[in-house]
Amino acid sequence: MNNQQSTIDQVVNIQNLSHFFGEGKLKKQILFDIDLTLYSGEVIILKGPSGSGKTTLLTLMGGLRSAQSGNLQVFGEDLIGASKKKLVQTRRNIGYIFQAHNLLASLTARQNVQMSLELHSEIKASDIKQKAIALLESVGLGDHIDYYPQNLSGGQKQRVAIARALVAHPQMVLADEPTAALDSKSGRNIVELMQQLSRQQGCTILIVSHDNRILDVADRIVELEDGRITVNDEQ
Amino acid sequence: MKTPLSWLQLSHEKVRLLIALAGIGFADMLMFVQLGFQNALFDSSVKFHKAVDGDVFLMSPQSDALGFTKTFSDRRLYESLAIDEVESVVPVYLNFGSWKNPVNRKTRTMLAIGFNPANNILNLPGVAENLDQVKLADFVLFDDKSRIEFGPIPELLKQKPIVNTELDSRDVKVSGLFSLGASFAADGNIITSDTNFLRLFPERKRGLIDIGVINLKPGANLEVALAEIRRKLPQDVDIFSKEEFIQQEISYWQDSTSIGFIFTLGTAIGFVVGTVIVYQILYTDVANHLSEYATLKAMGYKDSYFIILVFQEAVILAVLGFIPGVVVATGLYSLAAGATALPLFMTTNRAIAVLILTIIMCCISGSIAVRKLSAADPADIF
Repeated sequence: MNNQQSTIDQVVNIQNLSHFFGEGKLKKQILFDIDLTLYSGEVIILKGPSGSGKTTLLTLMGGLRSAQSGNLQVFGEDLIGASKKKLVQTRRNIGYIFQAHNLLASLTARQNVQMSLELHSEIKASDIKQKAIALLESVGLGDHIDYYPQNLSGGQKQRVAIARALVAHPQMVLADEPTAALDSKSGRNIVELMQQLSRQQGCTILIVSHDNRILDVADRIVELEDGRITVNDEQ
Repeated sequence: MKTPLSWLQLSHEKVRLLIALAGIGFADMLMFVQLGFQNALFDSSVKFHKAVDGDVFLMSPQSDALGFTKTFSDRRLYESLAIDEVESVVPVYLNFGSWKNPVNRKTRTMLAIGFNPANNILNLPGVAENLDQVKLADFVLFDDKSRIEFGPIPELLKQKPIVNTELDSRDVKVSGLFSLGASFAADGNIITSDTNFLRLFPERKRGLIDIGVINLKPGANLEVALAEIRRKLPQDVDIFSKEEFIQQEISYWQDSTSIGFIFTLGTAIGFVVGTVIVYQILYTDVANHLSEYATLKAMGYKDSYFIILVFQEAVILAVLGFIPGVVVATGLYSLAAGATALPLFMTTNRAIAVLILTIIMCCISGSIAVRKLSAADPADIF
């Protein structure tokens, strides 16, 4: 990967991005002049101590928070001061994986995955079930498709979450500490699964993680400290 | 088909769903019972009015309702015969008398209806067949739907042709039955001739009547006749069409007594109880699922999806809760009908009315509960 790549391959383009929390005297700057570009098909690990602004950066890129100042383009769309509608539209092209899997307890594994597909009206209703089952099979849960989350192990739940994030072929996956709640072996498996599936689909993956055991899966490691990027190295 | 999240969420926690449905069913049952009694009150109090065969009715302006009438002179009634459209008139006497139960000798007040048996004016089962019997001195017809405290007269009549008892300490003979039913004013009824009526109640004077019934000639225009009667007769009698006659009885119970108010209040309480129960259920449901909703918002679900979700849950709860409500209410109606001799039964109209009230109730709760949805912020779930 290098900076000469054409803008067509740019999935996220951030320039001079700053972000503040609070108002008036309590106003506190969280991010300082961030410059970061994510390219298509990359796996990036975003590291940094607690409070360094990793999660804020993630939510801004994911359209979960309104960006305030600077330049933030996701899939070529400018998200600074974007309307709520535009943010929601952007989110539909992003797969999210959370630390605490966040599956819907009242839905089976298959239904959880389907919720992601049902957002896309271009996917035929008759294909939805098949696609959900196919992806659950590819994460190794072919015989657990009708299980409720409460009956799955932590690793299995996280696999369902990965299937949910990837089933609609997003252009980008944002994962926040996906291995934090897992033992080292399951954590490793999960990250490798994410890497493998995203390679197949050609989507960009940004993983926020403290976990040093998984750093080797990344194409690039970005480190954030006190709201500034301190490291941006290709491996 | 989209995943029916509203139903899946509700049905996932079966115990909570059952408790919710029991609560809504209870609120529905409250409304049913209140509306049912109110309706029974009105039905029973106008059953007599509806049964009287007449076009125009005269009453004293001081009369309130059946059983609470003031008398007026029957001259007013006969004056109306001078009007072209009027064919015939029938004076009706009403009075409460103390009836002795022939079995246990206890007395109880019942309504006596007296009119000339030459022409039957009451379209009630049994009257036409048995009316001739009251032409005999001291013979009366007994209302077989009177409360049981008046005695097992229908059973006694099967054993012997005449049952002897007392009305206001005067011997009366029951030889036949008719069916009217208890109302809020009267727990039981008898019919007798005008002559017998005046014998039973010596304090009543012939010619001072409670209700005057006027029949118009066939083909006569009711509006024209009413206007003519109102013009000809002095102001000391009230003149009603049959509709007005029924309506003034209903409005007496509805507006001039506490009974109508009590039932309306009871229905409103059922509605409020239901609203609070459903609100509690929906609020808890939203609160428990906030992180899931935030996740769905992060995935790209719009705010409107969640508002629709809450209202879907509200309507599902309304319809499902209605089912136990209507079943229990139907059972209670038949119990209460047996205990009160009031015409209590489930009607389609009332079932639909309560179903609509339930849906409104659940939607009000839903519209309060959706405010909690704004707490689901996708930026907070990372």
